[in-house]
Amino acid sequence: MIEIINLCKSFNGHAVLDNLNLNINTGETTVIIGRSGCGKSVLLKHIIGILRPDSGQVIVDGKDVTKMEEKELNALRLRFGMLFQGAALFDSLNVRGNVAFNMIEHMNSKPSEIDKAVKESLALVGLKGIEDKKPAELSGGMRKRVGLARAICIRPHIMLYDEPTTGVDPIMGDAVNDLIMELHNKLKITSIAVTHDMTSAYKIADRIAMLYNGKIIANGTPDEIKNTKDPIVRQFVTGAGKGPITEGIDFEHLV
Amino acid sequence: MKMILDMIRILGERFTGFIRYTGGLAVLTGQTLFWIPMPPFRRRQIFEQMSRIGVDSLPIVSLISLFTGMVLALQSAYQMQRFSAEMYIASLVAFSMCRELGPVLTALIVAGRVGASITAELGTMQVTEQIDALETLATNPIKYLVVPRFLALMIMLPLLTLYADIIGMAGGYIIGVYKLGISHAMYMKNTWHPLKCKDLFTGLIKSYFFAIIICIVACYEGMTAEGGAEGVGRSTTSSVVVSFILIIAWDCFFTALFYFVMR
Repeated sequence: MIEIINLCKSFNGHAVLDNLNLNINTGETTVIIGRSGCGKSVLLKHIIGILRPDSGQVIVDGKDVTKMEEKELNALRLRFGMLFQGAALFDSLNVRGNVAFNMIEHMNSKPSEIDKAVKESLALVGLKGIEDKKPAELSGGMRKRVGLARAICIRPHIMLYDEPTTGVDPIMGDAVNDLIMELHNKLKITSIAVTHDMTSAYKIADRIAMLYNGKIIANGTPDEIKNTKDPIVRQFVTGAGKGPITEGIDFEHLV
Repeated sequence: MKMILDMIRILGERFTGFIRYTGGLAVLTGQTLFWIPMPPFRRRQIFEQMSRIGVDSLPIVSLISLFTGMVLALQSAYQMQRFSAEMYIASLVAFSMCRELGPVLTALIVAGRVGASITAELGTMQVTEQIDALETLATNPIKYLVVPRFLALMIMLPLLTLYADIIGMAGGYIIGVYKLGISHAMYMKNTWHPLKCKDLFTGLIKSYFFAIIICIVACYEGMTAEGGAEGVGRSTTSSVVVSFILIIAWDCFFTALFYFVMR
């Protein structure tokens, strides 16, 4: 279980996370929705310990990530997998080097074991025969899949997805959603995804939480979120141009 | 009154920015030195960087050192001919190359060629979240990215400096022997005889410090780049400019130190 307690984080005096509280249940897929730039990715980076909060706690399986030393944090990170928005593949390494990065760096795996794990991970994301290609030779969708293969190569217990369907066409986006669900079913992992793509959120989520003004303002099942009476959540999930979120913002000049 | 307050505010911002920047460089230097003895030792990566930094810089270092040696010989001949002291051109070229021009020119070339490329590479990694990805994969970015470049520069810059010294002296030899008519034996004697180990070592000590400056500035600028391609471009420019300024400033400091302390 992951517990986020009173998490606060500011950048240049602007509070991005403001006393945020959220519980994520083991084995569930939780999707965090919110507008672009509202702090969803910042929240993910706090969960995996890349960013340190100004105050508050992130408890993963009973241990506070914010108080961990680098060694302990690295041991914990080996239980995580993270898919970045732009895949964040290492340009200097080929697909094999990217996917097997953790095995090469942190485990004394034999080359035959590495090859087997790379092939299996790529197969899980529907790719084969691209081990020797460089990231620059791959399309956006393929990069995302290789990023996913890298994240699952050492079979993590917790998966973090940062905008998994952003930057790919709708068909590839749906394929990525299917992949996330398939991985969740096959590997039985806890997943946290941040997105503003409601189609994706409804499809993959067991629970949906909405981040607004640094706080979680709604948390429920996809059906509960879909039928919410909260005007802010309602405006976001329906994608309405007018409502409390955009109050005072004039879009006339865009027309 | 408002103008004065604005001026004080701008000065204050510049000053805190300067303190933050130098503090950042100092922290990165400390972290790099901390991670150097920690396993794993990435020999393959260090050799790759040595090749990129050292071997690939050989053509440009050769060209600039050769021409510098030749120009130095020609310019000093212009003055020395007045006093019929052409034979001392060899010593002047040797001293100038070993103590000053070899280390400084090589460092400036490497800062422009290698420092810029390190900043651009790390800056791109930063803005495309590759450095964050390294951390999520339980790998320290300083150990993985900075340490191999630091060690490679510490090894290759002094070697390149030594090479530049020799090529510069060869440039002086070409002018001295083939243009000014100094005999081969006389030129060689006047090159090697007055040259002491101290002259060579002071140049090499400088180049070690220049290697630290180039690597730390380039890596710091790269790892703090923000704002997409434009930000990477800005960081790359800043990396070269700051490295150049620091190299010249530290060269002045070391020259004064060696002049007064190691006379």
